[in-house]
Amino acid sequence: MFVHDILLNRLKRGCETMAYPAGPAPALPDRHGGALRVEAAKCQAGCSACVVVCPTEAITRPPNQPVALDLGRCIFCAECVRVCPTGAITQTGDHRMAVRLREDLTLGDAGKEQLRLAVALDEKLRRLFGRSLKLRQVSAGGCAACEADTNVLGTIGWDLGRFGIQFVASPRHADGLLITGPVSKNMELALRKTYAAVPEPKIVIAVGACAIAGGPFVGHPQVHNGAGALVPVDLYIPGCPPHPLTILDGLLRLLGRLEDSERRS
Amino acid sequence: MNRTTPFALLTNGNALPWASVPEWPLPEFLRNVGAELDRGERLSSLFGVPEGAALRLVAVLAFDAGNTLAVARSQPFSGSFPSLTATHSQAHLFEREIWEQHGAVPENHPWLKAVRQDHGPGPAVGEFFRVDGREIHEVAVGPVHAGIIEPGHFRFQCAGEEVLHLEIALGFQHRGVEEALAGGPHRATVYQMETVAGDATIAHASAYASVLEALAGTEAPLRAQWLRAIALELERLANHTGDLGALAGDVAFLPTASACGKIRGDFLNLTAMLCGNRFGRGLVRPGGCPRDGDLDRLGKLRERLETALAEVQQAAVWLWDAASVRTRFEHTGHLRAKQASEVGLVGPAARACGLVRDVRFDHPSGWFRFAQVPVSVWPDGDVFARARVRWLEIQRSGEFLREQLDAAPEGETLSPLPALAPNTLAVALVEGWRGEVCHVALTGADGKLRRYKITDPSFHNWMGLALALRGQAISDFPVCNKSFNLSYCGFDL
Repeated sequence: MFVHDILLNRLKRGCETMAYPAGPAPALPDRHGGALRVEAAKCQAGCSACVVVCPTEAITRPPNQPVALDLGRCIFCAECVRVCPTGAITQTGDHRMAVRLREDLTLGDAGKEQLRLAVALDEKLRRLFGRSLKLRQVSAGGCAACEADTNVLGTIGWDLGRFGIQFVASPRHADGLLITGPVSKNMELALRKTYAAVPEPKIVIAVGACAIAGGPFVGHPQVHNGAGALVPVDLYIPGCPPHPLTILDGLLRLLGRLEDSERRS
Repeated sequence: MNRTTPFALLTNGNALPWASVPEWPLPEFLRNVGAELDRGERLSSLFGVPEGAALRLVAVLAFDAGNTLAVARSQPFSGSFPSLTATHSQAHLFEREIWEQHGAVPENHPWLKAVRQDHGPGPAVGEFFRVDGREIHEVAVGPVHAGIIEPGHFRFQCAGEEVLHLEIALGFQHRGVEEALAGGPHRATVYQMETVAGDATIAHASAYASVLEALAGTEAPLRAQWLRAIALELERLANHTGDLGALAGDVAFLPTASACGKIRGDFLNLTAMLCGNRFGRGLVRPGGCPRDGDLDRLGKLRERLETALAEVQQAAVWLWDAASVRTRFEHTGHLRAKQASEVGLVGPAARACGLVRDVRFDHPSGWFRFAQVPVSVWPDGDVFARARVRWLEIQRSGEFLREQLDAAPEGETLSPLPALAPNTLAVALVEGWRGEVCHVALTGADGKLRRYKITDPSFHNWMGLALALRGQAISDFPVCNKSFNLSYCGFDL
């Protein structure tokens, strides 16, 4: 009888895959905060309240220069938001954070208050990967959170497969790598070999603060401070870990499959 | 306790002056540790504390039946020490770790190899245990795996399909967590504690907070202790549900696999309701919990919890009803209670061998002093038992949350943390979803951390997986591995 029960239950529930991106994006948790916005123009002279509380030294303010926040290094603890006396650093609630260039993650200066979101791959690569992107995932010192929230995209609610994006069991079957973790020294050899085994043309996606800049482990002699030290990175997705929606947004943006084009570089 | 022991006793989440930790000459220290293990006590942690150019060993034993922890230290020594491992398997990885971290050689250790291979080309390169014979072949898997999984290397010695021996080489995830703690706590420390094992953020952050609170001679406000217990059980629900789904997936039973994949996310989202982060980042801090939940928020959480619990109930019923699942789960990856006890298994893996051990019950601290969770045990020791224990724990965590969400204490959730007492040792155990998370901290004369030792449950349990594979078909490795679902980064630190 249990087969009957299962089928009946399945029918009753209907399709559980979210409407996004055709419909609205699911809401982030109300305490999530989303991407940060930094307006250096609002900073008080000589103030460095945010600099001294940042656990990953993502915020710098050299003498007589505007404050700069590296969202790649940021682990989104929001300590800076809490201590800022002038509201120069604020949470936007925006889930969209992926960028193509490392320097686009630095916020603060006039015109760079918010992220310049990722542009799509060029025409040739989009023709190749736009409707079928096979990725090999390399966890290289990741704490299992970025991995888990990437894995989530494969569940019925998100159904990554409907975009033609799939994680494959061999680098020889892959179009690129999705890397998590700061790249521990002990994973250096494995990452290099995996990258070499992916046929050209190939892309690299760095997911999470660790893979972009070392995350909470930045500066440890046992890690590389991110994948960029070893392989060229084509897409950076910040977060600790990034919300699944942020990861999906990054992947779709890279493939040119999202309509909103505002704030692209 | 109605028997005498030379060890200093303390209860979970407490501290004692370093000077009152009994100090014995090395041979006596090892003899006393061995004697307690012979009585059936458990080794929670064994580690070195450098003393100039010399080294001390510190042992933390769990007297589960007596609800106490026992600590002692050796006098400083240099060079080597006689290995306990040959007679007490629980010491196996601890001694290898001491050798790797401090260079002190455990003499006559049966398999002396680095635990994390800190120096060199990586843990997969080097000597492995080999079985000789014309019919024997070797299978090497990892570090990069077929799915989205952390890296580890598995070396199988097989005769045909049958696995004669499995050696697991880890260390790929080594990020230098313990090394970085010396002289701390630093600005980044609490964030590193939250990512020791990112799927057990609440367990590790709570252990860390509790160790620091003990060193500071304070306690988190009651409401914070309550919030931590709520979050710990939500973490257990999410991960156990994910595991049931993954186990179902590994035997190609898709209804439960699909449903649990989604419900797991629903539980994670409940944690995010409390702190904004699905893994509980920012929820626990030394001194309490920075963010409280108001009545409205907790009411909504309660509602969504009921929905998720009803859904997981449905998905689990399918699983237990399916003959095709039972036939793949039963008698697969079998471990005897004696083996489990010898290697010192903890958590669901131990309880699935019939061992009654659960920190929440044996060493209650925080909110678990006031609200108990029954220990979920299943006697068979196979994949079925490990799945079944998870299901029992899902039900009991659900019940716990239903009761406790209605029993919130009033008050603040955060109090300032006083300075840490100098020359003091503190121990905290937390029953994370994988089992016992053990944090031990020792401060120096300056009140800074002098030594910090983290023992993730995976450190005890990887050996259990290796033993469970003996005599199995190699094709059963994925389902056996999933039934333990151990942490790589928690082990590698």
